[in-house]
Amino acid sequence: MASAQRTIPAPQPTPETQAFWDGTAAGKLMYKVCTACGQPHHYPRPLCPYCFSDRTEWREASGRGTIYSYSVMRRVPVPYAIAYVTLEEGPSMMTNIVDCDLDALRVGQPVRVVFTPTDGGPPVPTFTPA
Amino acid sequence: MTIKGKAYIAGVYEHPTRKADDKSLAQLHAEVARGALEDAGLTKADVDGYFCAGDAPGLGALSMADYMGLKLRHMDTTESGGSSYVIHVAHAAEAIALGKCDVALITLAGRPRAEGMATGTAPRNYGAGVPDVPFEFPYGPTVVNMYAMAAMRHMHQYGTTSQQLAWIKVAASHHAQHNPQALLREVVTVDDVVNSPIIADPLHRLDCCVITDGGGAVVVVRPEIAKRLSRPPVKVLGAGEAPKHQMGGKIDLTYCGAVWSGPAAFAEAGVKPGDVKYVSIYDSFTITVLITLEDLGFCAKGQGGKFVADGNLIAGTGRLPFNTDGGGLCNNHPANRGGMTKVIEAVRQLRGEAHPAVQVKNCDVALAHGTGGSLATRHGSATVIMGRE
Ligand SMILES: [Zn+2]
Repeated sequence: MASAQRTIPAPQPTPETQAFWDGTAAGKLMYKVCTACGQPHHYPRPLCPYCFSDRTEWREASGRGTIYSYSVMRRVPVPYAIAYVTLEEGPSMMTNIVDCDLDALRVGQPVRVVFTPTDGGPPVPTFTPA
Repeated sequence: MTIKGKAYIAGVYEHPTRKADDKSLAQLHAEVARGALEDAGLTKADVDGYFCAGDAPGLGALSMADYMGLKLRHMDTTESGGSSYVIHVAHAAEAIALGKCDVALITLAGRPRAEGMATGTAPRNYGAGVPDVPFEFPYGPTVVNMYAMAAMRHMHQYGTTSQQLAWIKVAASHHAQHNPQALLREVVTVDDVVNSPIIADPLHRLDCCVITDGGGAVVVVRPEIAKRLSRPPVKVLGAGEAPKHQMGGKIDLTYCGAVWSGPAAFAEAGVKPGDVKYVSIYDSFTITVLITLEDLGFCAKGQGGKFVADGNLIAGTGRLPFNTDGGGLCNNHPANRGGMTKVIEAVRQLRGEAHPAVQVKNCDVALAHGTGGSLATRHGSATVIMGRE
């Protein structure tokens, strides 16, 4: 069964994250890789959180990942699943699992990105069972 | 350089209120300050160092020094959520050891109940200028579902069960029955906990702490001053503090910053987990206690479920008595920040002034641990080890 959708508040882009939100509007999940140390990270920053180099560049993720952990918020008008999804490219990111049976989620489950509209802002990357 | 033996906890006070409709935030801070100074046998004029965190109104230490009429030569407003006050004890000891102050006052207060705050179930938006907010707030992170994700992962990785987590609440409730000021005094069973409504999978209502108004205060002093006072002196033996975060996306929800703050505190104190007779462990949720006990080294990683089960945290019968005031799970969680009450109950135990039904025999070494923020993701951990003279 499909879960009801809660209204998702709009994220506010900043100059350092504008490319990420341009990506979600175009249906792409962007992430940052540091060309100095080679490591990807999320959420995106101009300065690498590992080596502090400013040589970070945008890449497009495959959109495939697995659920690292999740929790279904039950005591609210519209229950929803918050999760950390580990991307195929490495970083884990906070997200929602949508268009799913909230009672059938499990850790380790393969998921794929879908972009969910927000309340007046760019869409956010969410995930659905693959 | 060490803080071991350089400072003593001379006074503590826990506000008796649990709902403060008729008191302002500043008033609560002042009332707990006065209570702790009276407990120590000191006066406001003796205070020359003041410590507070994000719960204080306005400009924090400046606003409260103004309100209380303090004359200071040292202040510290280290903000690490609910772990702040454990850090403040350590920072007070450091400041005293360096001669920056002689009598350090630490206060905490809040009135989330009176203000009708949906503490655990409403996402908190800290503003668009906070770098994580655009990447987290849209997804509805709340206190409870964030801690729930840590519990879910621990269950997946180590086989921890809801029944094992429930034992933590059961132990707290056994202690709270003896505390007349505790918000929840009813003894509960494992079945009561796992049959209470799920708030956020896998955490039930009874896995969650209480929401209360009130506060607490601690007075830390130079050894020469402690020796003049009549209350049983409690020596600061060692401390550690550490933030843990999402590590750029290398997220691991199975451990917390206690893996760093704990060893630092034990090393400075010169004691081992086996020497500790009583622990105050921040218990915002049952999972907070389980992960913290593992990371402090009281049991092997992943074995926390077995360690806490079967009443092993209950004073008098269990192997490691914890939170004998009833903790945040049953007694008090003022301002949604539990670090202060952890220090206070540890001091009561070391003084031999806990309730007789839960007083630990020969309690010569105690540990208090605070967690602030979101367990295992972005949070502060703070450990302080204290001893009886
Ligand atoms: Zn780098």
